[in-house]
Amino acid sequence: MFGYSPSELWSIFVMQSFSGLSLFSVLLLMALGLAIIFGQMGVINMAHGEFMALGAYTVYLCSMIVQNHCPALMPYYFIIAILLAFVVAAAFGLLVEWSLIRFLYKRPLDSLLATWGLSLFMQQSYRSIFGAREVTPTLPDWLMGSFNVTDTIQIPINGVFVMGVTLVLTFGVWLFMYRSRMGLNMRATVQNRVMSGASGINTKLVDRFTFSLGCGIAGVAGAAFTTIGSTGPDSGSRYIVDAFLVVVFGGMTKLVGTIASAFGIAQGQSIAQFFMEGTSGKVTILLTVVIILMIRPQGLFASKVRS
Amino acid sequence: MKTNPKLHRHLNRKLSKYGAILAAAGLLGASLTAEDYPTAKVDTTGLAITDDTVNVGQLHSATGTMAISEAGSIESEKLAIDQINAAGGILGRQIKVTFEDGASDWPTYAEKAKKLLEEDHVAAVFGCWTSASRKAVLPIFERDNGLLYYPTFYEGLEQSHNVFYTGQEATQQIIAGLEWLAKTKHCKTFYLIGSDYIWPRTSNKIARKYIENVLHGTVVGEEYYPLGSTDFGSLINKIKLRHPDAIYAIVVGGSNVAFYKQLHAAGITSKNWTLLTISVTEDEALGIGGENLVGFYSAMKYFQSLDNPNNIKFVAAFKEKYGPNSVIGDVTQAGYEGPWLYKAAVEKAGSFDVDKVVAASGGIEFTNAPEGYVRIHDVNHHLWSKLRIGEWQPDGQVKVIYESGLIEPNPFPKGYQ
Repeated sequence: MFGYSPSELWSIFVMQSFSGLSLFSVLLLMALGLAIIFGQMGVINMAHGEFMALGAYTVYLCSMIVQNHCPALMPYYFIIAILLAFVVAAAFGLLVEWSLIRFLYKRPLDSLLATWGLSLFMQQSYRSIFGAREVTPTLPDWLMGSFNVTDTIQIPINGVFVMGVTLVLTFGVWLFMYRSRMGLNMRATVQNRVMSGASGINTKLVDRFTFSLGCGIAGVAGAAFTTIGSTGPDSGSRYIVDAFLVVVFGGMTKLVGTIASAFGIAQGQSIAQFFMEGTSGKVTILLTVVIILMIRPQGLFASKVRS
Repeated sequence: MKTNPKLHRHLNRKLSKYGAILAAAGLLGASLTAEDYPTAKVDTTGLAITDDTVNVGQLHSATGTMAISEAGSIESEKLAIDQINAAGGILGRQIKVTFEDGASDWPTYAEKAKKLLEEDHVAAVFGCWTSASRKAVLPIFERDNGLLYYPTFYEGLEQSHNVFYTGQEATQQIIAGLEWLAKTKHCKTFYLIGSDYIWPRTSNKIARKYIENVLHGTVVGEEYYPLGSTDFGSLINKIKLRHPDAIYAIVVGGSNVAFYKQLHAAGITSKNWTLLTISVTEDEALGIGGENLVGFYSAMKYFQSLDNPNNIKFVAAFKEKYGPNSVIGDVTQAGYEGPWLYKAAVEKAGSFDVDKVVAASGGIEFTNAPEGYVRIHDVNHHLWSKLRIGEWQPDGQVKVIYESGLIEPNPFPKGYQ
């Protein structure tokens, strides 16, 4: 077929499926934190990308410190760096919520403007602290290269790693949202804030926690992406469009919507780019999403709440 | 070096009594003094020039997306200006710099260019990086008759009375590189890849014409990815499927790192593949990581590892000023050439007037260029320069494995448009 042997076609099929899955996990990872903040609180966090960059810079700093002070720890530092990325981003998120966001819950458009301002502030801070050039942390050797399944099928390790992080994080979020007390409180607050307050839930605390959690997850996403690309002061603005696309397309309030949407967009884009060309593939997918949203403005999955 | 004007004048008067001695001093290469070139004579168009200073502009992005790339040019231009000042300035005048930030935003570039030319009346501007920023300021430079030294290698198809292009235009960079691939690597089939904007598209157009019409090879794929793309999985699968003799890549910016990392992870390494790029300099290599580039090739006119006395001095001076870890890419070096070429042209013209400087520029040589030797073309404002092929090493530097002869710049190549 097309002058290729069946074994060649098979290996291309496998590799192509993998690149679709790999893009899926990237998109899901980008969108997860945003989905929590946007979906649960209705705050449009324009600085989401910058929180991801914060995580990435944390990993970069860790790699510099480890490399210069205790190179023996090089193979292990990455795992700790990811956890640290979560802590740093979540802590900064907490600070931002306390100092900025909490005054703007009733003014969604102002929160959009405020978080956009925050994103500019963060970008410029990165530029002043880390310089304008893009940086990449030194990765441990076990994250480089690929598994050679056969002569023609190579599965890149960093892709598998990002998938692993996505899997763990998504499962963790699900467990937290649907199996823990705090998760229950969060979902209750989304559905009816006044009622939740009346039944004894401290909704302000829930808000602060939710925002911080979303930011922390963004930090982990940024940290995981250092295995794929580089980090610069405005890396964040590169992520934000895709992240919003996934969240809006998925229907905002449900985790399963975000997952389905990331999967659909990733597979669609991957296939389109295989049969067309880079840019036209991307354009085709964007157009498709726009058309679907015109027909179904609430996105793929919407929670059924009486209004 | 500061000179005492009073003492200078005194000496001058004394010397002029002995005309022969003055001439001898000139022959010995004593620096030109402002007194020999009175301001009224060297500036008839109202530029910002005094008896001991000349004001020039620098217009680059210090903020925004392009700041990553333009940082090197800002630094190298400043280095050149400092060195010129230390050696006595231009026509005895110290260079003062007015820096404006284009902020990676093309309308801002236009606005700042206007400010530099119409309010500050700078004698020349060293600046711009992307073609978009150059196109934005071009009408202003032409209307106000300003002078711009532009450092980036670019797609060509432009030639202005008011601009000197110190980087290579597309044919200089592309044709010699492809010829080298065909001759030494026996490549017949090519896969062209680029980021989606004017420079990669125009360059690949030239590459395709040259491959098909001159090398009689085949282009088995030509693809563009949006700027900032980080997912190249599908592309890599297609490359594997079509297995070209050579991959020809013009991917830029943040995409670069993702592109080369993914190639590496997918097993496309120099062991079995040949890849030539015209968009990776030492600056980009810093982000990509040498290990992901090892054995691939870049085609540039300058590499930091060039082994010649000019370059060794230049690299040492650059590192002394900007730190031992600084890297110098092709455009950074081209930026360094701008102020020196300007000085040479002004001193040949004996005037700062833009028209006279432009008229004097054709044929100006810069023998101390880090890249070796360059000469301004007699007509088209670009530079005669060589092309080098560098093979990437694990440390993010290249080994130069091929050097062409001086290539004539040809911004409007016939049969390639």
